[in-house]
Amino acid sequence: MASYSTSDFKGGLKVMIDNEPCSIIENEFVKPGKGQAFNRVKLRFLRTGRVLERTFKSGETLEAADVVDMEMQYLYNDGEVWHFMQSESFEQYGADANAVGDTKKWLKEQDLCMVTLFNNVPIAVSPPNFVELTITETDPGVRGDTSGGGGKPATLETGAVVRVPLFIQTGEVIKVDTRNGEYVSRVK
Amino acid sequence: MPAPSHFPSFFLFPFSLPMFPDWQPSATLEVLRLRANLLAGIRQYFAQNDVLEVETPLLGQAGVTDPHLQAFTTVYHQPGRSTGLTLYLQTSPEYAMKRLLAAGCGSIYQITKAFRNEESGRLHNPEFTLLEWYRTGFGIPELIADVEALINGLFTAFPPLQSCEIHDYQSLFQYHSGVDPLTASLADMQQCARQWGLPDAGSVCGNSMNNWLDYLFSERIQPCLGQGRLSFVQGYPASLPSLARTRSGDARIVERVEVFLAGMELGNGYHELTDAVEQRIRFEAAQCERNRLGLMQPPLDERLLAALDYGLPDCAGMAIGVDRLLMARLGLATIDETLCFPVARA
Repeated sequence: MASYSTSDFKGGLKVMIDNEPCSIIENEFVKPGKGQAFNRVKLRFLRTGRVLERTFKSGETLEAADVVDMEMQYLYNDGEVWHFMQSESFEQYGADANAVGDTKKWLKEQDLCMVTLFNNVPIAVSPPNFVELTITETDPGVRGDTSGGGGKPATLETGAVVRVPLFIQTGEVIKVDTRNGEYVSRVK
Repeated sequence: MPAPSHFPSFFLFPFSLPMFPDWQPSATLEVLRLRANLLAGIRQYFAQNDVLEVETPLLGQAGVTDPHLQAFTTVYHQPGRSTGLTLYLQTSPEYAMKRLLAAGCGSIYQITKAFRNEESGRLHNPEFTLLEWYRTGFGIPELIADVEALINGLFTAFPPLQSCEIHDYQSLFQYHSGVDPLTASLADMQQCARQWGLPDAGSVCGNSMNNWLDYLFSERIQPCLGQGRLSFVQGYPASLPSLARTRSGDARIVERVEVFLAGMELGNGYHELTDAVEQRIRFEAAQCERNRLGLMQPPLDERLLAALDYGLPDCAGMAIGVDRLLMARLGLATIDETLCFPVARA
């Protein structure tokens, strides 16, 4: 695998730290006027999402991480593994619970997700920014309320619970922003 | 043949826009105007103080020996000569200005471009603007007062800085770290890095005490300096590279001062070393270090050494990064915002 020197470090570059794949967030060149240069680097561990600050001597190298983000269709969950398919090659990948993490509550069959592969194995799954899901359970609404001040919890077909306006009923399809878990609109 | 005037120029160069979308300056025109005001203000200050403006060569036959400064080199082909002469783009005008001082010109200043290879980042551009000046008869206290008077007279349309703070390097380091920088061992430094949560300190600094001092200072002390005021730090350990004279009565310390603003190193000054023998020893030690690090060793500046030998007047000198001064006073996040064309679009 290739390696990168501190001067190549830039946001988005994928490198190995402590045998774990990381994504570089930012890289600052630091040099005291009369001293040795070094780089202050902020990184995100791709598996855990943990952010860390590290310093490297200017010119130090890190091994590149074989990490690719690929758009894939979510197929099904067999109880242990979530199966995804790359739409062009039809190649299938299985992601375990660690890789899917919190994303599982948004996963609906056939939706397109971003799957991060490390050495060809899924390590992270990001849902689409917006998903359309059916409400399986919510308290009966109050007739006439259209503004939804306050709202109420609603359980979706994937198990996620979001706050919805009072007029939304069980069986309706709603659009949700997965980045903040908020209701966006009713889908007719 | 000139193009007809009604013919828009992009018809002549249809690809110039898409190929070079970064042709425009990275500084706003407002910042470029403030930069011009700043340069005018500096010249006015020194004119009022009877300090002579000088210009020295950017291309020199000798280069800097400081192991942490890398000069750009180029080759000069004299007419008719088969072999070229290596010339060094100056990392600072210090050596040439000291030759002028030895020649008896009195207090001098210059605003010049300086070039440092392998330096680029939020606070660095390999080509930058340096204000460097020397005041005959000055020591460190007079120099500090001079810097403050100069900077207070600039950016008068902006909220003024509070009056400056002056720290002693040793007590400042000790205050923040609990470690005496003059007597500490490597183990003390490692212990300090552990306490401060700096896991990479060992691999970055190795066994070099100077690296440890600089690293710990940059990571945990410098960010606290220059908050709304100029912070001066004086009396640096003699082990750090400098062209400063040794403090009388304590050979572990040199008469060096650094100035910080907004957590940034703005400038570096010395009560200048005038001893040619001592200067040669420091140059040779630096060359050994360069050799050890596998770095190119430029020829020593024998003309500077000859000038020192002839006699440098007692003086103090300061160099300030003009781009960083502009950044700090305007609250800009990157040096690129002060430059019309940083190296990426030069």
